[in-house]
Amino acid sequence: MPINILMPALSPTMEKGNIAKWLKKEGDQVKAGDILAEIETDKATMEYEAIDEGVIAKILVPEGTADVAVNAPIAVLAAEGEDVKTAAAGAPAARPSVSSPPAPATKPPAAPQPAPPPPHPPPRAGEGREGVSMPASPVAPAPAANGRGRIFASPLARRLAKAAGLDVARIAGTGPHGRVIAHDVEAAKSGGAALRAPFPSPATPGVAPVQPSDDKIRALFEPGSYDVVPHDNIRKIIAQRLVLAKQTIPHFYLTISCTIDKLLSAREDINVTAPNGPDGKPAWKLSVNDFVIKALALALIKVPEANVTWTETGMLKHKHADIGIAVAIPGGLITPVVRKAETKSLIAISAEMKDYAARARARKLKPEEYQGGTSAISNLGMYGVEEFAAVINPPHATILAIGAGIERAVVRAGKIAVATQMKVTLSSDHRAVDGALGAELMGAFKIYIESPTAMLV
Amino acid sequence: MAPATYIGNDNCRGAETRVAESFDIIIIGSGPGGYVTAIRAAQLGFKTAIVERAYLGGICLNWGCIPTKALLRSAEIFHYMQHAKDYGLAAEKVSYDAAAVVKRSRGVSKRLNDGVGFLMKKNKVSVIWGEALIDAPGKVTVKPAKSEASRNSDAPKGALGPGAYEAKHIIIATGARPRVLPGLEPDQKLVWTYFEAMVPEGVPKSLLVIGSGAIGTEFASFYRTLGAEVTLVEVLPQILPVEDAEIAGLARKAFEKQGIKIFTGAKVTRLDRQADSVTATIDDGKGGTQTLAVDRVISAVGVSGNVENLGLERLGVKIDRGAIAIDGYGRTNVPGIYAIGDVAGPPLLAHKAEHEGVICVEAIKGLKPHPMDKLKIPGCTYCAPQIASVGLTEAAAKEKKLDIRVGRFPFVGNGKAIALGEDQGLVKVIFDKATGQLVGAHMIGAEVTELIQGYVVAMNLETTEEELMHTVFPHPTLSEMMGEAVLDAYGRALNI
Repeated sequence: MPINILMPALSPTMEKGNIAKWLKKEGDQVKAGDILAEIETDKATMEYEAIDEGVIAKILVPEGTADVAVNAPIAVLAAEGEDVKTAAAGAPAARPSVSSPPAPATKPPAAPQPAPPPPHPPPRAGEGREGVSMPASPVAPAPAANGRGRIFASPLARRLAKAAGLDVARIAGTGPHGRVIAHDVEAAKSGGAALRAPFPSPATPGVAPVQPSDDKIRALFEPGSYDVVPHDNIRKIIAQRLVLAKQTIPHFYLTISCTIDKLLSAREDINVTAPNGPDGKPAWKLSVNDFVIKALALALIKVPEANVTWTETGMLKHKHADIGIAVAIPGGLITPVVRKAETKSLIAISAEMKDYAARARARKLKPEEYQGGTSAISNLGMYGVEEFAAVINPPHATILAIGAGIERAVVRAGKIAVATQMKVTLSSDHRAVDGALGAELMGAFKIYIESPTAMLV
Repeated sequence: MAPATYIGNDNCRGAETRVAESFDIIIIGSGPGGYVTAIRAAQLGFKTAIVERAYLGGICLNWGCIPTKALLRSAEIFHYMQHAKDYGLAAEKVSYDAAAVVKRSRGVSKRLNDGVGFLMKKNKVSVIWGEALIDAPGKVTVKPAKSEASRNSDAPKGALGPGAYEAKHIIIATGARPRVLPGLEPDQKLVWTYFEAMVPEGVPKSLLVIGSGAIGTEFASFYRTLGAEVTLVEVLPQILPVEDAEIAGLARKAFEKQGIKIFTGAKVTRLDRQADSVTATIDDGKGGTQTLAVDRVISAVGVSGNVENLGLERLGVKIDRGAIAIDGYGRTNVPGIYAIGDVAGPPLLAHKAEHEGVICVEAIKGLKPHPMDKLKIPGCTYCAPQIASVGLTEAAAKEKKLDIRVGRFPFVGNGKAIALGEDQGLVKVIFDKATGQLVGAHMIGAEVTELIQGYVVAMNLETTEEELMHTVFPHPTLSEMMGEAVLDAYGRALNI
């Protein structure tokens, strides 16, 4: 039987994606592991590998198509020995939009045979061992929303979700241990309130202030005085996440000045000692930002109460400091995460950041590289910004906004002296980190950043 | 467990002056709903007390579910002994000793009653002996018990006595009592309720049972098996009115074959009581009336919630059709006051009361349980043949406009049933065609009360027909019929 190649769910929150490029064309032989296509998701372009062997009988969704719903068939693969033309003829109609959900599960036939296995969601790790005969699917296993390899959902919930065109992985389960039950699917269908958002406590629909319509906004400007640039995925996701962050997270801000002369001289000392690497360039060149990452990570470990994530059921107290760093990329930004930054050397952090920045600009970061994290850094110092406050990027409880290092006149022991000062502003989620705790975190940060040798002990 | 504030003797009947002892949760009534709620509350760390005026374990353990099962077991064995020949065995001069049958039944109750006392002690639940009055949310006054039943029972050792008590949460679990219809008032001698029917001095020669719910049907079955001439009168068009019509029809056939006379759509309009017999006037619902002379009458026309004398009117607790109105978590309209079980409305089943109580205290604890889903509460009737069901009847499913698939499998197609000599019965399942959800299951026949739970688990786990079809049922068992009925709903039954 011909195999439908479906739009893969490349991240737990992915609802739809764009077919950036087909790397195989109709009639091409495909082996497992071959790259079939490049799929553009929220924040990255990912390669889509084949799992099955066969011949591409038909491409249902041409490249360049946007907003293809997850699990929509995008091509048909004729298995070995199958007639390519027959396979292509039996191809399902393309369903390009997420707004047109898949047809409800086929009605069980009256004839004496079992109900057909429901058109199943992308297999997750650990599934597929079920006794039902399932057609092999080329969808890459996506990480489950709950972080484990398996989505816990009742069979009825799966079937109802399928019929309603909902991804069961995205529905917040209220059954035992978060199992998705029929009730949750019904709730998701009616209100959408039960949908598992990319982070806890999504805004309730209806709470959002009513925006004036696009037409009304455009009417404020003279026709022809502007161009309309359609939003790409990254712009949409930034808008969505930051609106949610500002609406659901009670932010407050703490600003301090840090004297970084010692840091600057330490940085210079370390950089001049760098041997030449294989490419003839110095093996490392630490930036101020690398020190900031390390200092924040150590401060979070020193003040563990601030290294947390708010959830409705309880505070997640993290054991490591995973620091997201906002990286500007054309058309937006992305925050790759330096994991366990407190355990890494400055040189390791620096190398990791260089790699992240390069791949971020090429939009080649994997979801697991930019999702999660326990705190974040946004640095606009290189643009000369003196100080600013950043919006918290959930699931973080804090974000540190770094200003420029500027020489200022300071008073020391009654005398005016010159010092390089850098203003840093911590934005805190007040549900998780209170004022005094935020101040304690800033105090710890200040010690490390002003006396970088403290980072060595 | 003895609280320090109590100054009294072990008898606990004296009204001692003392400081009001304070609890997290006080439960009024120690029936299956109340005592299970108390245990769950104690497990969750609440300081818990339970108020009882007559019997730990309530009606269920002492005058309901359990002692009747003991009686029915005697009747069942008696029936087998009478039919020993069918199994190649000989049993001569088979007879019974009614007093010994009742004695065994009381012994079973006593054993379980003691068991509840032990469970309360083990879980450090304080037992307060007496009748409770809720003065205000958070405040309960317990007065000396003065009901008739309590005169025959003593407070368990270590129980607290009358006085003022406080609790953040008060859960009413006072249960229900036999409903009394005008003209059919029970008199303990000629017109019985289940209380008297459970402890007869002998088996009456003839018996009229009014009401064919679970209680009426079980007593009709029990007394018929022991040889009484039994007439069963039901006001609704079908006996066992809450059961699926097809199953009730099969039950009626089986009962009539046993010699029980059945009137449906009929009404007992008058009881004329003589010295040792009763003449009943029955309106047959078709314009005719007839009179029937019987030794005894059992009134099993339903139960009413025990909502009186608790102070509910004064507190403004909402009562709807004789039951306390609650939400899915046992909450009444008055904060701090909850109700569970029979007093909070149908279905009037011990296991419903128990689970309602568990949900109630888990919600108080903030555990966010799901509210009670009454469509997943099984019901069992222990007459011969037994009847068990869960979920929607076929008629109810159609009324809901569900597009359904129905599967059936008869006992006659099951090897184990034939080996048991129990080849009469049916297993019936109802699926929602669109989703494959099992919405109802109905059974009649031997041991079905022990089988139904398989379907209840399946429904609770939200399985579809697919998982049930992939379930392996052990051979040879009656349970194989449960798999076959599912297959039949999809045209795939194997052994028929």
